[in-house]
Amino acid sequence: MNTHYGIYGGQYVAETLMPALAELETEYLAARADQEFQNEYRQLLKNYVGRESPLYFARRLSQSLGGASIYLKREDLNHTGAHKINNTIGQGLLARRMGKKRLIAETGAGMHGVATATVAALLGMECEVFMGSQDIQRQAVNVERMNTLGAVVHPVSEGSATLKDAMNEALRDWTARFKDTFYLIGTVAGPHPYPLLVRDFQAVIGQEARRQCLEQCGRLPSQVIACVGGGSNAMGIFAGFEADSGVQLVGVEAGGKGLQSGEHAASICGGRVGILHGCKTYLLQDGDGQILDTFSVSAGLDYPGVGPEHSFMADSGSAHYVTANDDEAVAAFDLLAKYEGIIPALESSHALAYAIRIAGEYKPDTILLVNLSGRGDKDMDTVRKFKQQQPSATPGLGNSI
Amino acid sequence: MDKLSKIFASCRQQERAALIIFCSCGFPDLERSEQAIEAAIEAGADIIELGVPFSDPMADGAVIRQASGVALRNGATLAGILDLAARVSHKHPETGFILFSYMNVLFNYGLDRVCRKLSAIGVDGILAVDLPLEEAAELELPCRDNGLHLIPLVSPATSPQRAAAITARATGFVYSVNVCGVTGVREELPAEMAAQLAELKKISPAPVAAGFGVTDGAAARRISQVADGVIVGSAVVKILAREQDFQVSLEESRQFIRELARNCRRCP
Repeated sequence: MNTHYGIYGGQYVAETLMPALAELETEYLAARADQEFQNEYRQLLKNYVGRESPLYFARRLSQSLGGASIYLKREDLNHTGAHKINNTIGQGLLARRMGKKRLIAETGAGMHGVATATVAALLGMECEVFMGSQDIQRQAVNVERMNTLGAVVHPVSEGSATLKDAMNEALRDWTARFKDTFYLIGTVAGPHPYPLLVRDFQAVIGQEARRQCLEQCGRLPSQVIACVGGGSNAMGIFAGFEADSGVQLVGVEAGGKGLQSGEHAASICGGRVGILHGCKTYLLQDGDGQILDTFSVSAGLDYPGVGPEHSFMADSGSAHYVTANDDEAVAAFDLLAKYEGIIPALESSHALAYAIRIAGEYKPDTILLVNLSGRGDKDMDTVRKFKQQQPSATPGLGNSI
Repeated sequence: MDKLSKIFASCRQQERAALIIFCSCGFPDLERSEQAIEAAIEAGADIIELGVPFSDPMADGAVIRQASGVALRNGATLAGILDLAARVSHKHPETGFILFSYMNVLFNYGLDRVCRKLSAIGVDGILAVDLPLEEAAELELPCRDNGLHLIPLVSPATSPQRAAAITARATGFVYSVNVCGVTGVREELPAEMAAQLAELKKISPAPVAAGFGVTDGAAARRISQVADGVIVGSAVVKILAREQDFQVSLEESRQFIRELARNCRRCP
């Protein structure tokens, strides 16, 4: 089967992992066609995750902006508080089907680690999560959640001690233990078939959102907007609209302190093509091909690469990629709390920030559909510290509107 | 006959395996890594793997990762390593040289450009750690155009059918990985190793060299009985990183490589 998206994607891994990837592809294609597997996945999404997640019209927010109507796909209301669980349920069931007893995962902000630990507990499997020591400090609550769920969290202190280093370590572990271990990747990156299967397990977001939008509004949105780190929530919601040529798909990358500053995590908008973690894709790298440290207020977007299908969509123009900076994201975070009583994850706040930026250019009959990929409880500490450092960027109502 | 073929033919004639030493280029800096290469050649290495440091060495164990980190902090670049390669290959025209790298550093430099350059300075081939058969075409073509070998890897996880497909396209030699896992020093090699190497030898038209986890003379001796080459990396890098005084480490590495070379002889 085709393992690439144009020039992107592929399987750039050590030879030892190739048989493991081939086994994964074979088993996944069988599971995808197996009605019983699909039924169990759907049942768990319904009864355990709490799907479907609502599509919510953010009326007060939209009115305050005086423009387009902003609708929110409420992935924040899923069990464990983000879209990540859609994928971990799917891959967890696949691991069980393959007879693997041990799940490993990488995590940045900790949401994918928590979602993996959750599924391991649900299915009675061992779970070990690799997490940068820098992130362990930033996201202490999620580390405790993983421990409570019975997972072992391994600190990774090499390199920048963040998500990319955690992924290196997970790949090393898998290279030695693929026989009894399933590597549960959290985003649409990594070697084939991961971008494909993570996309498939997240596609439920877009399928639901499209139907809900037609039910509630009688038409499709003008734009579907999602944040992009690795890009799994974006790929999931885009998947529902790929056949709708009138719907513009917009991925919002983390602009950090601004593209010009060099301190950002915008791989597509500010990077070059390269090869990392098994796939060819846009990367943040220096002139010698060494991977750069990334910078974002949101730990979940702090990744120097992006899913290869996003790179392909960026080149082909089938999706459009922009950035939102830290201060805009924090302002959007505050604004949604103020007008709608919803505290969004800082990751999702980037998508929201872009919708807020452009809403005024449209009339209320224009629908902007934003994927609210996660809840913001985990970010309270980060936002407080951000505001202490940059008092001018708060309280959030001034700058970006 | 190309240089690598000559090296393996001459070793066969001398009834020994070729000794292939990995060097972490730029560790602890470019100048001293050049001294380490000189010492390895003087001590009996037939082929040198010129290791290019990468920020995200996902196939490497702790020893090479740490060395790569030091090399990058001390300013190692591919361009600097290619200059080093030009010097050592000019000075040692009989020694084989393989550039050993992760794909991104090569891709970033330009695959055509790096192949032209390597060919011009007398390097014999490339081994890209994260380039399996399925992705090999993009580097295979410029390698072929420039007369370079693209050295493939085979692991204990590789099926016989797959090994046949990989070795059918190999020139230079085939790198057989002794264990499933990352590079590094290991207590002992797996019992199945000799049988696996013998199988691979039957399949492969190109010479077979074995590496990963080769820690001492005894391991080198075991491999030499079945394989055409013995590859040692982490064990040498570990010695080079051991002492405060690099010159002391360098001397110890020289002794160690001599011992490895002695153990590359085949027992009758």
